[in-house]
Amino acid sequence: MTIPVSRSAGAAVLAAVFATLPVGASIALAQDDIGIVVYNAQHESLGVAWAEAFTKETGIPVTLRKGSDMEFANQIVQEGAASPADVFLTENSPAMALVDGAGLFEPVAAETLAQVPKDFQPSNGHWIGVAARSTVFAYDKTKLTEDKLPKSLLDLADPSWKGRWAASPAGADFQAIVSALLALKGEETTASWLAAMKENFTAYKGNSTAMKAVNAGEVEGAVIYHYYYFGDQAKTGENSQNIGLHYFKSQDPGAFVSISGGGILAASQHKEHAQTFLKWLTGKGGQAVLREGTSFEYTVSNGEASNAALTPLADLNYPKVDPASLNSAKVTDMMTAAGLL
Amino acid sequence: MSSGQPATFAALPRVANVSVLKAETLSATAFSSDSHNSVRRLIAVARGRARIPYLWITVVAALVSIVSLLPLGFIAWVSVQTGWDTAARLIFRGRVGELLINTALLEIATIPIAIILSVALAWLTERTDLPGARLWAWLAVAPLAVPAFVHSYAWVSLVPGLHGLPAGVLVSVIAYFPFLYLPVAAQLRRLDPAIEDAAASLGLNPWEVFFRAVLPQLRLAICGGSLLVGLHLLAEYGLYVMIRFDTFSTAIVDQFQSAFNGPAANMLAGVLVACCLLLLLVEVLLRGGERYARVGSGAARPADRRRLGRMRVPALALHITVAALSIGVPFVTLTRWLFIGGAEIWRLDLVGGAFGQTIFLAVAGGVLATIAAAPMAWLSVRAPGRLQRVFEACHYYVGSLPGVVVALALVTVTVRLVLPLYQTFATLFLAYVLLFLPRAMVGLRSSIAQAPVELERAAMALGRTPFQAVRQTTMRLAAPGIATSTALVALGITNELTATLMLSPTGVETLATKFWSLTSEIDYVAAAPYAVMMVVLSLPLTFLLYSQSRRTAGQ
Repeated sequence: MTIPVSRSAGAAVLAAVFATLPVGASIALAQDDIGIVVYNAQHESLGVAWAEAFTKETGIPVTLRKGSDMEFANQIVQEGAASPADVFLTENSPAMALVDGAGLFEPVAAETLAQVPKDFQPSNGHWIGVAARSTVFAYDKTKLTEDKLPKSLLDLADPSWKGRWAASPAGADFQAIVSALLALKGEETTASWLAAMKENFTAYKGNSTAMKAVNAGEVEGAVIYHYYYFGDQAKTGENSQNIGLHYFKSQDPGAFVSISGGGILAASQHKEHAQTFLKWLTGKGGQAVLREGTSFEYTVSNGEASNAALTPLADLNYPKVDPASLNSAKVTDMMTAAGLL
Repeated sequence: MSSGQPATFAALPRVANVSVLKAETLSATAFSSDSHNSVRRLIAVARGRARIPYLWITVVAALVSIVSLLPLGFIAWVSVQTGWDTAARLIFRGRVGELLINTALLEIATIPIAIILSVALAWLTERTDLPGARLWAWLAVAPLAVPAFVHSYAWVSLVPGLHGLPAGVLVSVIAYFPFLYLPVAAQLRRLDPAIEDAAASLGLNPWEVFFRAVLPQLRLAICGGSLLVGLHLLAEYGLYVMIRFDTFSTAIVDQFQSAFNGPAANMLAGVLVACCLLLLLVEVLLRGGERYARVGSGAARPADRRRLGRMRVPALALHITVAALSIGVPFVTLTRWLFIGGAEIWRLDLVGGAFGQTIFLAVAGGVLATIAAAPMAWLSVRAPGRLQRVFEACHYYVGSLPGVVVALALVTVTVRLVLPLYQTFATLFLAYVLLFLPRAMVGLRSSIAQAPVELERAAMALGRTPFQAVRQTTMRLAAPGIATSTALVALGITNELTATLMLSPTGVETLATKFWSLTSEIDYVAAAPYAVMMVVLSLPLTFLLYSQSRRTAGQ
């Protein structure tokens, strides 16, 4: 009488397994029509907003894979001709330069290039800027006044700043700022600045976390990008109510404007759709998502205004850096050597 | 008496015994009707048949063992490839020293606290007249249903400034002490009170009895549990990122995100593997060779429960505090975020999709890991020996490797050598199988041990093929154990983060990875539904674990 219990228990387990598998498999494998595959190192929410709006307009499905700038760039280099990616979107330019250096990009269509000013694309036209972001020093308004703010990013290396500022060194954002510093001031200055940074700064994971820490009074300021502040202000504002934004301007390395890039892989099987996507991103549709959405990144296309809440790019007096010259591998090595990674 | 489920599980071994008896009667009847010689012949035939599967099972177990050595072999290979100069430059640097100190401090501070807490809680629930002991016992296991990184999410939401070593120790103890509580409580239930009686009769006071008679007998449980906690501390990623405490796992992921599979990441992984091996070695040394067993006939009676008297209030206060910190904090935080988010955050297309994919990965991974562990479990029960111990060691080591190390190894191997397998379900499942092999062994081994080989022999003597015999006897008896193994692995996969992040095919998003990307943007509100769904999935599995531990203790 008791045997059927164990038999039915076993049967129930097996039944459960086989009932679940097809359901799960159908969900997991409902990827027959995945359209173009985008390696998205941009914020997930922005990537999703772009993909949804694009699919709605063109009917071309987009599958996003989430990762970080340098992770994807190195990954694409290793995947080579076998890369499953059609499009690569980054937060910053150094990762684009790395992939381009390996010769893995398909040239961007001329009409797409024509939509974006030359400042926001590499001279060879192998990839294109799709958005931009400005470096800022986000500081605690209750502790610092304008006269006490650093005049230059390099000032943060001063011993007087020990224990007072934060950054997210593992993030592509910060690494892009360092690569700009390297391009503008050379290896020696950069190395000594990184060594001083190791002494002075507090590490956080992610720019939003760093800003949250400044707001909570844990540190006095953080080197981040501008839009974390505006994004939080647009939501509840609870992570930025004590925050003030300091733009370094004067073409300081700390005024660096980083270009988020988009590129099509030479290995892509869907080049036509990929070109359509990039054209849309840099056209009215994609730039409208930047202007009207919650990302608060700058638009880069001709005649497309940025979100009205932002300080206009033209007022930032940022340094001119050729995006193709940003050397990411060198930066990672230098940061590893400085003990930041 | 209490809820139905533990009773069902408690009944299962008895079920097994009944069928064993029936089968024995059956075979006895079969044998007695034959002459002496034909019985011998029958047994010889059965044995001859039984030998065939052993060979194949050994071959399969050997294959699984070889594959499970892949991550270790890979780390060694990369170290050689990197060259001594580069390797030395990447290993012997200040940053690695910092990480080593962080990791060592974390282990040294967390494990003793977890031991003291677990022993105290287990003693109170198992050996005293604590009111509601069954409830408190369940609440001491329940934190396992909350993934470690959800614990830290709850704490960081509540105390935003929480960070560094003290925070790491606090959240680690809360998230992982049940791994110690479970074996210690099970061992306490199993102890023969006669030893304590003898100690008391020799004039020791209750405290002396505890420290000199009870505690030494808990040594194996404490060592095993501490090892498990220690390995989790090395492997955990999300918990420490959220509270800003750098360990090797977080540093490896940082490197991975900065340079994919670069030499620096792999060298850090090598140091992390060395830490794991060191921990295993320390445990072996502390455990020693001594065994505690009851000699002679007779059965141990259940121990009397000690009256707490005036200590009842502080004892209850301890349990209430622990439950409030470990269950209350996640509950309050999640409820708060859910309340703030309202109905909008339940995007059924997104949450439902992640839920479906998580279940698929968990169940399929659970079944695969159980199948992969079966040959080894079979050998360890039916044909223990030197070869089997070597295989077992391979299984065990791979299970002690952090997910980030296994994932990094598989990323590099697939992208460099077998690109078609890169970013496929095959690789992801391989990672899950490797990471959770030891978990799959747990239920399998005990349940196979409950199904005596004589049954199979009898079935074969009665004309079944070996496969039929196994299917009709052992597999049926082992079904509950197989289910437990699958569930344990599924629980692990549901809460797994790093390997899924690094290896999953494009388009796959589990509850854990979705939760992670949302919390990375500090969108705590939108992340809440995913955390809730992970807890919902984990609860029944945790309950299974709880009842299983009571079952092995014979209650």
